[in-house]
Amino acid sequence: MRFVDEFRDADKAHALAAKIAALCEPGRSYKFMEVCGGHTHTIYKHGLEDYLPEAITLVHGPGCPVCVIPMGRVDDAMHLAARPDVIMTSFGDMMRVPGSNGSFFDAKASGTDIRMVYSPLDSLKIARQNPDRQVVFMAIGFETTAPSTAMTMLRAAAEGISNFSVFCNHVTIVPAIKAILDSPDLRLDGFLGPGHVSTVIGCRPYEFIARDYHKPVVVAGFEPLDILQSIYMLLRQLAEGRSAVENQYSRVVPWNGNVVALKAIGETMELRPYFEWRGLGFISHSALRVREKYAAMDAERLFSVPGVRVADPKACQCGEVLKGVLKPWECKVFGTACTPETPIGTCMVSPEGACAAYYNYGRMNRNRVPEAAPAGQS
Amino acid sequence: MTAGSGWIDEALREHDHGQRPENPDGRPSLPVTDREQQVLDRIDRARRRRPRVREERITMSHGAGGKATQTLIEAVFLDAFRNPLLEPLEDAAELRVPGPRDAPGTVKGTGARLALTTDSYVVSPLFFPGGNIGDLAVNGTVNDLSVSGATPMYLTAGFILEEGFPVADLIRLAASMRDAAAAACVSIVTGDTKVVQRGKADGCYINTAGVGVLAGDVSLGVAAARPGDAIIVSGPVGDHGITIMLARGELDIEADVVSDTAPLNGLVADLLAAVPGVRAMRDATRGGVATILNEIARAADVGVLVVEDDIPVRAEVRGACELLGIDPMYVACEGRMVAVVPGESAAAAVRALRAHPLGADAAVIGQVVADQPGMVRLKTSFGGTRIVDLLVGDPLPRIC
Repeated sequence: MRFVDEFRDADKAHALAAKIAALCEPGRSYKFMEVCGGHTHTIYKHGLEDYLPEAITLVHGPGCPVCVIPMGRVDDAMHLAARPDVIMTSFGDMMRVPGSNGSFFDAKASGTDIRMVYSPLDSLKIARQNPDRQVVFMAIGFETTAPSTAMTMLRAAAEGISNFSVFCNHVTIVPAIKAILDSPDLRLDGFLGPGHVSTVIGCRPYEFIARDYHKPVVVAGFEPLDILQSIYMLLRQLAEGRSAVENQYSRVVPWNGNVVALKAIGETMELRPYFEWRGLGFISHSALRVREKYAAMDAERLFSVPGVRVADPKACQCGEVLKGVLKPWECKVFGTACTPETPIGTCMVSPEGACAAYYNYGRMNRNRVPEAAPAGQS
Repeated sequence: MTAGSGWIDEALREHDHGQRPENPDGRPSLPVTDREQQVLDRIDRARRRRPRVREERITMSHGAGGKATQTLIEAVFLDAFRNPLLEPLEDAAELRVPGPRDAPGTVKGTGARLALTTDSYVVSPLFFPGGNIGDLAVNGTVNDLSVSGATPMYLTAGFILEEGFPVADLIRLAASMRDAAAAACVSIVTGDTKVVQRGKADGCYINTAGVGVLAGDVSLGVAAARPGDAIIVSGPVGDHGITIMLARGELDIEADVVSDTAPLNGLVADLLAAVPGVRAMRDATRGGVATILNEIARAADVGVLVVEDDIPVRAEVRGACELLGIDPMYVACEGRMVAVVPGESAAAAVRALRAHPLGADAAVIGQVVADQPGMVRLKTSFGGTRIVDLLVGDPLPRIC
């Protein structure tokens, strides 16, 4: 398959793996955070860790849209969905996220009108077909998906559709990265920057990481070779004593981002003063809400939502996993009480969640590359 | 008590109950690899526990053929109906009926051995490229009998029709079923018709049951898989599922694929004739090849190691799966089977399958291994290794 197979070439991977192993200083260990859940998924789906020396640890970051939604917001969405005049529409990822009273799937099985969509435009289509019902789109995601929500709102406004609204849970990545950098729990050597977020916001927003925190950042693509190459680029910066923002994903990511997309977001949405993230707590200016001008499309203004803060189940350690402090398997309930079929925390739900990726793909004995592994260890 | 909080509390209680002792400071001091291995062992034990349905209501996942389906079958149906014939949970049950000693398929003194199976069809849309719900209903049941090693003989057909369903469509479906039955050399010998009010069903659902005769001493079952055995698929996987998905027209993706729905009895007969000692066969319907590999690993308590590059997948199917974020190994086929044969017979088995038009692209995709029993591992095209687990959730509802 063109544009895919090139980036999954095992020969090139072997060559890169050798270069990576050669760049590792003996006796030094490296911790790199892949910010984006898409990277986590790729790492496990392709068995990428098989190519890495034991000295390199990949720490899974907070960039999983479904994972960071706190339980209170799920309950708010469920409250909206339960209204008889509402058709709730949601991406498939969100359907299995547990709220305090079960997931969208559970509610759907009990008769609540919740429909899975592949794009917010599908929600708009449902709104056209059901003029007597309010169609609410459960908007989640980072800057990657915010433009499609924004463009849909603009389309709805242009067509004069009055029964479409958005329950806006869009979040922004940079404040989350900053929160992790400021957290004392974790020592990181560098970041694999989020590729698809960067197609929208560009690479400039990460410059503070290199400048103020002296950590290298490489904006990385999502195919396995992209990630290996990005790890190599991080190691090279460290070996050369540099910290800079580099763009490995230049075939897709323009340095300055996508102005059209940013304008659409800016037109329809504005920063919230603060927003609660699962595990990371309240982070100021870290999420988007619908602008006053589009109040008629803001589900939070149209309908009252409880807006209650709901604590996670006490055994759930998604927060620690999202911050990269715990590996998925270090969570107390991982794989026993919390599994993909009966998830307790969000990280076990989304395919981009670190726990789901590890459970589904990585839960096994793994032999790391022999060059760097101590003798006799598997 | 609500669905959500209820099972969480219960799961946590269960978890606390079976908990290993931890260091008082909460930080176990074992090296990381050992600690990780402990967790993996604990998960393995948890997975082998008796399954329980935690949901209060049926969700679409219960019909997807993956983890939830398996749990439902074992916790509800197997629990209620438990008997030695049902327990192996094979595609068809093997029955012995006392009969005249000269009847076909008779082992001396024991009577005839029959295979019995049933399957319901709810595919949407009813007509799709390469077939319709009618030939699917015949082929599916023929295949369940065939892969159990039986020669399919007689089918039943039950119809649940929605008020308002066009009679012309029903005539087309019946004609397709007649043709499919003729192609598979079976007869549809009894049936049933029910009609429900408009809105209480979706056009037409079909149930078929089938009886076949098990010849000689043929006895197949995935529990018979042994380390060293080869795993073979009879052709490209995922054609049916992707065809249905695209035929619904909800995705705005077009691709030149047609369903692979076909009767497998000819192919199976050729394989059994050419290769003695075939351990097991399964047709890769809901849940796809990945589900069958997991069934083998679990039933025989062996490891399964497959090679991504060796699994035949059409370029169109791969492309559509890539766009949809679906793994073709989980996508349903309706005319493909997975066979487990002793390692030394692998080449002969592939030769026999390739000699049949339905097996032209047959290939060895992996092997049964002794290590990591119960687990299916995949050597990825990229050169890494990962797990292939049972399907969770339902990416493609109502595929058959």
